[in-house]
Amino acid sequence: MSAPTYDLGTLHGGLRLPSEKTGSTAGAIRHMPIPDQLILPLAQHSGDPAQPVVGIGEKVLKGQLIADAEGALSAPVHAPSSGTVVAIEPWPVSRRLGEPAPCIVIECDGEDRAIDQPESRVPYESISPEDLQQKILQGGIVGLGGAGFPTAQKLMQATTTELDSLILNGVECEPYISCDDMLMREYAHEVLGGAKVLMHALGLEKCHVVLESDKPEALRAIGEAMAELGDPRLVLKQVPTIYPSGGEDQLVQLVINREVPSGGLPTDVGCVVQNVGTAAAVYRWLVEGEPLISRITTVTGDGVQNPQNVLARIGTLVSEIIAFAGGYTERANQLVIGGPMTGKSQSTDRVPLVKASNCILVLSRLLPVATEKPCIRCGECAIVCPVKLQPQQLYWFACTDNESKLRSHGLTDCIECGCCDLVCPSHIPLTASFRQAKARIKELADEKARAERARQRFESRTGRLEIAELKRQEELAEQKRTAKNAGKGAIRDMVERARGKKRPPKE
Amino acid sequence: MWSTLITAVVTITGIALIAGLLLGFASRRLPASREPLVDQVNDVLPQTQCAQCGYPGCRPYASAIVHDGADINLCPPGGADTVRRLADMLGRDALPLAQARVTPGLTAVAFIDEEACIGCTHCRDACPVDAITGAHQFMHTIIAVECTGCELCVPRCPVDCIRMVPQ
Repeated sequence: MSAPTYDLGTLHGGLRLPSEKTGSTAGAIRHMPIPDQLILPLAQHSGDPAQPVVGIGEKVLKGQLIADAEGALSAPVHAPSSGTVVAIEPWPVSRRLGEPAPCIVIECDGEDRAIDQPESRVPYESISPEDLQQKILQGGIVGLGGAGFPTAQKLMQATTTELDSLILNGVECEPYISCDDMLMREYAHEVLGGAKVLMHALGLEKCHVVLESDKPEALRAIGEAMAELGDPRLVLKQVPTIYPSGGEDQLVQLVINREVPSGGLPTDVGCVVQNVGTAAAVYRWLVEGEPLISRITTVTGDGVQNPQNVLARIGTLVSEIIAFAGGYTERANQLVIGGPMTGKSQSTDRVPLVKASNCILVLSRLLPVATEKPCIRCGECAIVCPVKLQPQQLYWFACTDNESKLRSHGLTDCIECGCCDLVCPSHIPLTASFRQAKARIKELADEKARAERARQRFESRTGRLEIAELKRQEELAEQKRTAKNAGKGAIRDMVERARGKKRPPKE
Repeated sequence: MWSTLITAVVTITGIALIAGLLLGFASRRLPASREPLVDQVNDVLPQTQCAQCGYPGCRPYASAIVHDGADINLCPPGGADTVRRLADMLGRDALPLAQARVTPGLTAVAFIDEEACIGCTHCRDACPVDAITGAHQFMHTIIAVECTGCELCVPRCPVDCIRMVPQ
C-alpha cells in the first residue's frame, strides 16, 4: 500500500543525496544487552541541565528518577536499569564533541528490576491536556529527531497558540540514518498510539503522519496499523525524498503548504511537528509506564562491521554499541554522532548514547576537505538553500563581521543543513562560517544588552544621588532660614543647648 | 516687470517667515535630546562605569570628550576598537590605548567573602551600577549579573574581603 501524494507544497532547493540506508535496514532491530556501566549526562536536551536527586552509593531501580528538571527547557533523567550510583562526575559527552560535562554513572546489577509506577497506568484519556503535558515532562521525553528539545515544553508553548494540526515527522531525510524507518516498521502501533496521546495533549483532531517515498516497508507497516486502528483523525502522507525535507519548517511547507515566518515557529502557522520516535516514547511512558530510558539508534557507515539498528539503553557507551555491531573495520577513521550532514564529529568513542543520538556513523575516511578557493559568485548555494537565503552574500558579511547585514539577510533563519557546502564549486566551508557568525551575533547581542542595563543602572543611580543632594541642600537652607527668622536670642539658646549636650551638668 | 519682482519678493519673504516661525516653534516646543553628540559617544562606550578614564562614569566621560576635548583613548574596557570608532565619529586621530587599571580582556565579577564582611557599606556606595546589596552592620553581597567588573569596590573595602573572580 502506498499513500497518495496530495496537496503538497514545494520545497525550495534541497538536494537528492545518496541514501546509504540499505546496510542498516537489512536486518531487524537488535536489542543490546544491559552494559556493566551507564553514563547519564545531566544535559541531554537543549536547555538547562537536570539536577541530580540521588546520591553516590544509592541503589536505583529501572525507571527511577535520578535527576529532575530544573530551570528553563529542562527535562528529567531516569535510571535506564537497576544498579548503584557510583559517581556524579564530568565525562566526555557527544554534545560537546567529547569534552566533559557532568554525568551520573550507574553500575548496573544486571537484574533490571523496574520501579513500580502505578500512577503512570491511569488511562491518558481521563487526564486533562494540561496535566498530560506535565506528565510527559515527568517522563523525561525530549525530541528524538536530533535536537533534543523537551517535548512537554514544546506542547505547552504550542497550546498557547491557535492550532489545527499535528505533524508526525517520519521523514528521515539525512543519508545513513534509518532508526525512524525501522521504528515505524516494527513499532507502528506505538507510533500511532503516541500520536493519539499527543493529539489529546494538544486538543487536536487531526494528525498527518508523514513519510518519505523511499520507505515502502515503513509506509506499508504504518498503513496497515492505521487500517487496524480505523481512526479517521490520522492521515498518512508521503513526501518526495529530498534533503532536507525532514526539517521542521520544511516539512510544514511540504505537508500543509504554509510558510513558517522568519524567526517564527511552526506553531505560528497552526501546527506542531513531532518526531515519530518521540511519539513512540510518549506512548511507552503514558501507556506502558516506562520513561525515556532507551532508544533505537543506527550504527552504520563503512567503518562498522555490521551496520544495523540497535535498541540500546540511554547511557550506554558508544564504543560498546559499536562493539555490539561487530566492531570497527580496518578502514574506520572518523566517528560522527548524528548524520553526515548535521552530525557532530567526535574526538573519542567513550561518549554515552544520549536521548537525541539518532545515529552513530563511522566513516572510513575524513569527509573530503578540498582546498578553499575564492567565491566565484555562481549562486549555486542560493539555488539549493531550502530557506531561500543567499549564502554567498551571507558569507561575505560573515567574513567582515557585518552584524546588521547578517541579520537583515536572515542568518538566524539558516538551519545549517549543509546543502550550500556540498554544491559550492570553490569548496568554501559556508555552514561552518555561518555557525561561527551566529555565535558571534549572539555574543554581541548579549554584550549590548549588558551594556544597556549597566547604562540604565548608572543613570538611575546618578539621578537618585542628584535628587538626594538637592534635598540635602534644601534642608540646610531651610534650617538656616528658621535660625535667621528666630532672631539672636534663639541662636544663643541653640548654642547653649549644644554646649549643654557636650558637657552634661555634674551632679 | 515691477509687479513680477514684488510678487516674487513678497512670496519668498512670506515663505521664509512662515518657515522661520515653524522652526522657531519646533525648537521651543519639541526639544530634541539636549546633547545628541554626547549620546552618540556614550553609545560607543562599553558602559562598565569603571571610571578608569578619570571621570565618574561613561556618560561623564562622553560629555568630557565632546565638551572639554578629553582624549579618546582613555577607555581600556572598550579597547582599540572603541578608540577607532570614536576617532571615526569625531574626526580625531586614533591614539594608542591608555594604561589600564583593570586587567584588560578579563571578564571578572567582584565576589565578597561573606564571612569576613563587616557591613560597612563602603563598597555599596562605591558601586556605579548598584550591583552590591546590603545594609549597615549587615552582610553585603554582589549581584553578579549586574556587576560590570570595574573593581571600584575592591580598594574601598577596609577588611579586604572583596576579590575578583573570572566568569
